[in-house]
Amino acid sequence: MSALGRVVRSGVARRRVQTVVIGLATTMAVTSSVLGGALLVASTAPFDDAFAEQRGAHLSARFDAAKATPEQLTAPVPGVTASAGPFPVTTVTPSDEGPGDPSPLTVAGRSDPGGQVDAVTLTEGEWADAPGEIVVSADGPHAHSPTGSGVGRRITLADGSTVTVVGVARSVSRTADGWVPPSWITSPQGYQVLYRFASADSTEQVDADRAAVVAATPADAMTGSQSWLVLKQAADRSIAVFVPFLVAFGLLGLVMSLLVVGNVVAGAVGAGTRRIGILKALGFTPAQVVWAYLAQALVPAAIGTAIGVVAGHLLAIPVLAETEDVYGAVALTVAPWVDVVVVVGALALVSVTAWVSASRAGRLRTVDAIAVGRVPRPGRGRWTARLTARLPVPRPVGLGLARPFARPARAAAMVAAVLFGATAVTFAVGLASSLNQVQIARDHDSADVTIGVDGPGNAPAPGPGPGPGPGARPGARPGADADPAAVAEVVAAQPGTLAHYRTSRTQATVSGVAGTTAVVSFTGDATWDGYEMVSGRWFAGPGEAVAPTSFLKATGTEVGGTVTLDDGGKQVTVRIVGDVFEMSNDGMVVLTDAATFTSATREVGHHIAVRPGTDVTAYVDSLNAALKPLGVTARAGGSGQASDTIILIDGLTAMLTLMLVAVAAMGVLNAVVLDTRDRIRDLGVHKALGMTPRQTVAMVIASVLVIGVVGGAVGVPVGVALHAAVLPAMGESAGIGLPASAFAVHDPVKLLLLGIGGLLIAVVGALLPATWAAKTSTATALRTE
Amino acid sequence: MTTPVIELRDVSRGYDDGPPALSDVTLTVRAGEAVAVLGPSGSGKSTLLNLIAGLDRPDTGTVTVAGVRVDGLGEAASARYRRAAIGMVFQFFNLLDDLTVADNVVLPAQLAGMARGEAAKRAAELLDRLGVARHARAYPGRLSGGERQRVAVARALMNKPALLLADEPTGALDTASGEDVSALLTELNAEGQTLVVVTHDLALARSCTRRTVHLVDGRIAGDVAVEPTR
Repeated sequence: MSALGRVVRSGVARRRVQTVVIGLATTMAVTSSVLGGALLVASTAPFDDAFAEQRGAHLSARFDAAKATPEQLTAPVPGVTASAGPFPVTTVTPSDEGPGDPSPLTVAGRSDPGGQVDAVTLTEGEWADAPGEIVVSADGPHAHSPTGSGVGRRITLADGSTVTVVGVARSVSRTADGWVPPSWITSPQGYQVLYRFASADSTEQVDADRAAVVAATPADAMTGSQSWLVLKQAADRSIAVFVPFLVAFGLLGLVMSLLVVGNVVAGAVGAGTRRIGILKALGFTPAQVVWAYLAQALVPAAIGTAIGVVAGHLLAIPVLAETEDVYGAVALTVAPWVDVVVVVGALALVSVTAWVSASRAGRLRTVDAIAVGRVPRPGRGRWTARLTARLPVPRPVGLGLARPFARPARAAAMVAAVLFGATAVTFAVGLASSLNQVQIARDHDSADVTIGVDGPGNAPAPGPGPGPGPGARPGARPGADADPAAVAEVVAAQPGTLAHYRTSRTQATVSGVAGTTAVVSFTGDATWDGYEMVSGRWFAGPGEAVAPTSFLKATGTEVGGTVTLDDGGKQVTVRIVGDVFEMSNDGMVVLTDAATFTSATREVGHHIAVRPGTDVTAYVDSLNAALKPLGVTARAGGSGQASDTIILIDGLTAMLTLMLVAVAAMGVLNAVVLDTRDRIRDLGVHKALGMTPRQTVAMVIASVLVIGVVGGAVGVPVGVALHAAVLPAMGESAGIGLPASAFAVHDPVKLLLLGIGGLLIAVVGALLPATWAAKTSTATALRTE
Repeated sequence: MTTPVIELRDVSRGYDDGPPALSDVTLTVRAGEAVAVLGPSGSGKSTLLNLIAGLDRPDTGTVTVAGVRVDGLGEAASARYRRAAIGMVFQFFNLLDDLTVADNVVLPAQLAGMARGEAAKRAAELLDRLGVARHARAYPGRLSGGERQRVAVARALMNKPALLLADEPTGALDTASGEDVSALLTELNAEGQTLVVVTHDLALARSCTRRTVHLVDGRIAGDVAVEPTR
């Protein structure tokens, strides 16, 4: 082994704290970077690839058949590069009596799956080319049967006719729930035209394109449209929601690891000044000395990078699994180039940072290095030492408090480490609190007692999309067939009832938007049950409705505007008076008064609040006795169930925060170790003069108190600011507007406790070196040069 | 006959696999005595000093100082023992550079929990007595070697120790300063301060002590009374 190699090896082995700190900091940065980068790529790549392959529609527009002819809809439109259609469309409603989902289906008449736009992919069976045949969407409820494939299944429609599923197809543009031969639709409700535009990368561009289509077609003929950007966001959201906070953690981790590496190497150079002088005296060139210190940082950084890549991959598995379902059998993995970029980038940044710090070693004059050793420059911090000597605190504490001012650069690096740790903790706590508020707002389950509402055991699988939602659910619904009014009367008459309302739920379609929209009708005041508004207000009467951001975006509706719902041929127009936080049915839901949507009589649920002091168990028992003749059962509690996505985000946040805090504490530990070594002789003097081990610990701990306070005091507001920036981005990525309660999660007491958290990081980091200092032999310390 | 301040009985101490630094040393120093421990490098002088100061523990034997069995003390008890019974003066002064002279001197009292006013008053008295009061607010780096050692002595006397241990107190001083410190130690002993000086400077031993203990290879090779040179 070369002389340089021996120096590097001994440096890495001798400075174990330094080695561990660099390794851990790099692991943290690389883990979060790999995870963030992988999800960033995975969140967009599958949809983009499929959209490009199918030549997806930038705009799917639906026109009223009574106001436009197929010929009028083929008129040239500025900016259009390709179009398909017009295809006749209609809504069919499966019979309640038959098997399967009775939700209405938007079907389009298409003679083949190909074309210049929306070349749908036939995944099973064959294309429908005879009357009575249908190809159903792979994303819809009829694609599968209890025995597996939906092909061959017969669907009985509400008018008594039947259609046979002959194929299953996937349209990335989600242009229809099913496709039939054009001749099958003899009386189309409308026509569908699919467009691709020269410019459609932003909402503004798509809006302009839509306006151009409206201008080129008969007045008021367009009854609805769907932008590809909405679909892209919906497809991406399961992963995209992770990206903003992972990017935040990635940046925090990267900056922190560079800070730690720079500080550690600078500290090693400072503490090893005499050693550097000796190496140079022995014939090492300045470049060799710089290389020696650079390599001492790169060795643990390379190991940390390798561990970080593996950890990033392992952590990506559960997150990527969340979205694999969206793309069928497509298995999502971390893109190899992400690994390459992160590894090369991390090591390059570590190298540059370490080189900047190590270059001082190359510049040191040999004679000065040997002469100066590691004695700090005299004079620094004397005024604070004089000041703290007069403070009414035990002398060891006063001695410790003055320490940071003797080494201001090292103290600044420690402050930065604590600052980043406090920022991470504040951000993480804020994020967890926000997600908790989101969970509460999503569940809106303030009800003490419910009837006919699914519990955690049988609610649909939650994600960022479907939550428990308002109203009852398909499946086990005790009381679904009971007379809702009769149940309500019993509830109202029950002693202890404070308030109650009931919901009923049905499915409707919105013109131009594929899939169904859930309509939840309310009887009674439901505002006490935890519904939170993003903007606007709760509906005040018939004709008014509230809907979540997802629905408003998908339909291009704004608060104050109107939207027309199609309930199996019956047109119901409602005015949207508020953007409500509601995540059921992927946000495609409208909440309105029961008098607005009179046909909504299915899936009835009752929600009851009891008077304060009422024993809920006794109330439920008594209510069930009264309800027995009606055949329904009440039960305590709401329908809340933690979202898998929220659990996953909470878990990742906790883990990444823990890593950042550990790195912060290790950064402090390293600096305190260096400081203790620098002052080992002073420590020996203190002990020789009668300083007890406990006093020694107090002195070392006190040396980081100011650092912890300053780091915490600055880190907490930075964390709050980061939270304020990232949370809306997460909402935007998920395609949801967040209620005010999700933002108002920081109260003064919590902020104070978080600030103390910064202090705690500093103290924890200093604890180990403090113990070492206390155990150091006085005689040895006094002999140390 | 005065009571013994230091009693070492059959004390041995070794390090690693080398020869013992001290071997079967038995030594008694009585109150008011001034004893010089002489010997070449590696003879065990520093080990003896460390054992008396409670900085190290013997492998065998007992060390009793001012009635306290030092060899069995834990770290905290050992520190408290040093505060109460020992004043230490080092070759290179070991003053804390970032504290003023006054703050250096007052430090042992503060560690012992003495009231702030009382400690300051005693420190001022000591600095005045040792002739360095004018430097009270200065930092040690601005003082001469002799002045620094006077400050170190003042610090060592702060808690009125039963025993003053001096490790090569003139080793880092020029001749004039060395004589000055030697005179100071003599004066302190004359006032009743028990004194143990570790040195290889025979002149210092003769000038400020009345008994010399010679250590050779960890054993006491001689223990003789000496006449002061002045």
